[in-house]
Amino acid sequence: MIGLVIVSHSARLAAGVHELAAQMAGGQVAIGQAGGLSDDGETLGTDASRILSAIEEVWCEDGVLLLMDLGSAVMSAELALEMLPEHRRRNCLLSNAPLVEGAIVAALHASLGEPLQAVNAVAEAALSAPKLANNC
Amino acid sequence: MAQEITTNQLRKWLLAYAARIIENEDHLTELDTAIGDADHGVNMRRGMGKLQERLRDEGHSEDVSAFLRSVAMTLISGVGGAAGPLYGTFFLRAATSPTNGSSIDLEQLTQMFRYGLDGLQQRGKAQADDKTMIDTIQPAVEAMEAALAAHQSAAVVLAAARQAAHLGMKHTIEIEARKGRASYLGPHSIGHQDPGATSAYFLFETAAEVFTITGAD
Repeated sequence: MIGLVIVSHSARLAAGVHELAAQMAGGQVAIGQAGGLSDDGETLGTDASRILSAIEEVWCEDGVLLLMDLGSAVMSAELALEMLPEHRRRNCLLSNAPLVEGAIVAALHASLGEPLQAVNAVAEAALSAPKLANNC
Repeated sequence: MAQEITTNQLRKWLLAYAARIIENEDHLTELDTAIGDADHGVNMRRGMGKLQERLRDEGHSEDVSAFLRSVAMTLISGVGGAAGPLYGTFFLRAATSPTNGSSIDLEQLTQMFRYGLDGLQQRGKAQADDKTMIDTIQPAVEAMEAALAAHQSAAVVLAAARQAAHLGMKHTIEIEARKGRASYLGPHSIGHQDPGATSAYFLFETAAEVFTITGAD
């Protein structure tokens, strides 16, 4: 079963998304979080070394999917992958999915034992899922 | 070049850099208020405070690569914004450049900047004229390489880097942003100097001051 890592500029946002996703996964999926800068829980920002630790915490040979909030979270996630040993880097994937919807969908599908690429595909499909019924 | 730049001289350079950034916090904030989200000064000051603590700690390594890696990790965890992963990448890649263990010669210093620049371009996907720190660092590295190829002294190589970095920084006033938050402003970003290009300029300004004074020639 793959692991997930939630990356956000805000520690509280990461914790909130983690809470939503964990509920969806029924406690079966390892979900890590890397929110805010390392020094405290208050400063907004992303920290590649924190992301690296979160990947290592949820590490599993099936792979780890990373979901980021926006902007420099992506650069920090890329930098974290660069800091991983090559054999682990190959089994990590950065998702283009929206953070909240993507994390929930990814947690559900990961809990069903789906492989990394498949989980990412459904998470990324959440980008085009309409939120309002009358937009269908 | 007769003398080499030791890890301790690199440490003095980055202490000078940290001090210069802290002195210029308000200036960086002003620049980033005009075309960004006004956080570059605060982010860089916080990161430089962490860097000062790290560099004043006597327990630092004598090995150039290990030293640069430790600088990178401090910036990754201490700066935030887009500058954190960008400066972090710069020093992490610089740490993979060739050294003589506890020192580097002028050619290796130039390579160190080249490795950092290549890493930045990969990470930020920015090119010259996108109005980013690349506009400072790329001409500076190219000027160093050219001066080195012409067998110039360390003082001349470092002066060339500073001058090219300064021109590059000033050039960002004239161009439209194509990367980062400032790119949302389109043509309205013209007329403003890029904050990242400005903080990057101080790398070369302080390098020219410190390495020349400490006798890297």
